[in-house]
Amino acid sequence: MGWIKTVWTEFVGLFVDDGNLAVAVLLWLGACWSWLPRLGEPSAWPPVILFGVLNLILAESAMRRASERP
Amino acid sequence: MVGLGIDWTHAAPTALAAFLASLVEFVEALTIVLAIGAVRGWRGALGGTGLALLVLLGIVVALGPALTRIPLDLVQLGVGTLILLFGMRWLRKAILRSAGVIALHDEEAEYVKETALLRGLGGIARGWDRVAVSAAFKITMIEGIEVVFIVVAMGSAGGGLLVPASMGAIAALLLVVALGLVLHRPVAMIPENTLKFLVGLLLCAFGTFWIGEGIGLVWPGGDLAIAALTVGFLTTALLLVRLCRARAFQVVVSTQAGQ
Repeated sequence: MGWIKTVWTEFVGLFVDDGNLAVAVLLWLGACWSWLPRLGEPSAWPPVILFGVLNLILAESAMRRASERP
Repeated sequence: MVGLGIDWTHAAPTALAAFLASLVEFVEALTIVLAIGAVRGWRGALGGTGLALLVLLGIVVALGPALTRIPLDLVQLGVGTLILLFGMRWLRKAILRSAGVIALHDEEAEYVKETALLRGLGGIARGWDRVAVSAAFKITMIEGIEVVFIVVAMGSAGGGLLVPASMGAIAALLLVVALGLVLHRPVAMIPENTLKFLVGLLLCAFGTFWIGEGIGLVWPGGDLAIAALTVGFLTTALLLVRLCRARAFQVVVSTQAGQ
């Protein structure tokens, strides 16, 4: 069963370096999926909100890594 | 612009993203395969690589058409999420490398390390060297599975773009093989971090776009929103390179002051 664990680890490694980043993205996308379509009339704001928060999540992750002691 | 029955105006960004991402992965695989060939012999190195490429091709042929049977909005949401996570991982790493927070990938150093490692693995067998075959198979599978993911994901979420995405990956493979034949040493002149930066931007833009489509958002400008998203992520990334560099410098200074 060791090879299944290796394959799984390799697969997860494709998407996750920073666990906090991955969890934050998934939580945000879950929130968008349940909340943004309920805003009603199509407008430019939901896409802007989706994009803007993803940038904030990326910024937090990169800055946190840059703040670690070498 | 139509060729081979493909609307290239729509397909070109997908083919380009697949080409650039595949180029990075194939260059990394080439470094190790060259080390295996130089130390353990070319028969085993090329045999293991060829076998892995066949397996990877089989995965694309099996998985690509299967995904087209799932409703497009579900594929876009699921694959878009994976593409976004994959792209953010690459972009974050490229930002941190550009800022000097983590070290750049060095193909020459990797080649030296691998050749030393392979020399320590005992005598070379006559005929098919199992060490060479398995090492070449493993590295081609590890790097190639990322290519397969990008090709299948970009091809299916884009709505029937598997052929252009595959063409982009095959073009990258041919380019890297040609460079390997000419140079016989690691391809160190390809700016790997710049490529990862570009691919990370494209994947983040495509992923965000498809997630939006998958949850029913209406993008202003339609497909043109992908270009706007790319520019938006680029602006954030360039700003983050500066901020991370400054932050890392502050951390080093405060660490030295505390010693």
